[in-house]
Amino acid sequence: MNELLIHLLKIAGVIGVMLGIVAYTVLAERWVCAWMQDRIGPNRVGPFGILQPLADGLKFIFKEDVLPRHVRHKFYFTVAPMITMVPALITVAVVPWGSYLPVLGHNIKGVIADLDVGILFIFAIASLGVYGIVLAGWSSNSKYPFLGGIRSSAQMISYEVCLGLSVVPVFMQAGTLNLWNVVLYQAEHTWLVWCQPLSFVIFMVSAFAETNRTPFDLPEAEQELVGGYHTEYSSMKFAMFFLGEYANMFVASALMATLFFGGWSLPVAPLNAPATTLAVGLAHVGVFLAKTLFFLFVFIWVRWTLPRFRYDQLMTLGWKVFVPLTIVNILVSSVVLAVMENG
Amino acid sequence: MNVHDILFWVFSIAMLVCGVMVIAHRNPVNSAMSLVLLFAFMAGLFVLLEAFFLATIQVLVYAGAVMVLFLFVIMLLDIRASVLKRLRWLGLVGALLVSGLLVWEIQQVLRQPAVESAVEAKGLALGLSDVVKPLFTQYMLPVQLTALLLLAAMVGVVLLSKRDLQ
Repeated sequence: MNELLIHLLKIAGVIGVMLGIVAYTVLAERWVCAWMQDRIGPNRVGPFGILQPLADGLKFIFKEDVLPRHVRHKFYFTVAPMITMVPALITVAVVPWGSYLPVLGHNIKGVIADLDVGILFIFAIASLGVYGIVLAGWSSNSKYPFLGGIRSSAQMISYEVCLGLSVVPVFMQAGTLNLWNVVLYQAEHTWLVWCQPLSFVIFMVSAFAETNRTPFDLPEAEQELVGGYHTEYSSMKFAMFFLGEYANMFVASALMATLFFGGWSLPVAPLNAPATTLAVGLAHVGVFLAKTLFFLFVFIWVRWTLPRFRYDQLMTLGWKVFVPLTIVNILVSSVVLAVMENG
Repeated sequence: MNVHDILFWVFSIAMLVCGVMVIAHRNPVNSAMSLVLLFAFMAGLFVLLEAFFLATIQVLVYAGAVMVLFLFVIMLLDIRASVLKRLRWLGLVGALLVSGLLVWEIQQVLRQPAVESAVEAKGLALGLSDVVKPLFTQYMLPVQLTALLLLAAMVGVVLLSKRDLQ
């Protein structure tokens, strides 16, 4: 029973912190954008505008939930925003938030589900997110959402391939698919970004495409597609799409931190090994969150810096540049690893 | 009955219900989505056998990739429901023939002396390396041949879909 309680607390903590960060990333996005465009940004709600997410949430809840008459299938129309939101919340279960938390004689591992197939689990669940977009585009039964849905799902399917192939060398080097062990490997050796820089670059760019963020946000290119697959959505259904995008960004950031930047570890004395005291355990969680927040900032930074790609450029980049590059990267990495092990 | 057994029945019954829905629905999108659900429940059964790798691959390949493409094609073709309401006799005969064969096969298998559990009986471990290592050692040739076959199929599809390619 005690085990169950610990698990429930871990799940509640992770989901709570994650949703909190997601809500505040929206605010951060508006702040950073304002700052980069030499504006003031939201500063009316609460001191410095920090209660803005609350106000936005209330606004979404109280808005009328419009169901257009031309909607083809009410059930799929309702369920689609949920399908885009949920995978992000599930995949975070295998991301290691910390090493250990020694509390009251329990040595609690800093991950909800310590799966040996870690990264495969993430790709499996994340690949289900496409259904939300496909179904939203189809059930809306009007042309812009349909075009947006088709574009978006084609983009996600293409970049899933790059994403999957780009991390193969990382796991070949770490020798495990378990994300907690990948972090441990980095704590004991060195951050994998130094050994696999090409992997990291391709992973990051693909993650931008996978989360539909600028410069690859053409599924919702306003000028040509109005709002893309979520044109017909309003109120909380729209908010779910919106939050789903940010939740996916959080998972992508957490993965970049975990796979390439040592997760909870830092290369200094007490932080480079699994924690034995509560203070170090909490510090590990802090380090992990700091790295994740940094990558969330990069997401926002890039959005307000780079212009949008054209659709054909996006597909060319994915299939004709990244896929061959990742395959060469896998080949070179495996040869180097084999030589280093045997020679 | 422990949690394990209850979950087994839940997943199995859900799978059967989804399976019936796949063929009973007139709307092809509903059928496709039922099939996705079916794959998810099948992954649940694999998890109960502690075959996490198989469960993950099940979701990744079938639910995450194959069915997305199915859905894509269904949506792009936009088949009218009225076309699907016609009963085709050839289809019916074929379906009865195949399902009859399947029932006969299952009956033959069930006649065999009971195997307690496929996993325990053979002492199989279904961890990641247990599944993958034989692919690269014992079954190297079949794996490579399958890969070649898939490649040939892929090239064929590209050629067929680009008819004006000279």
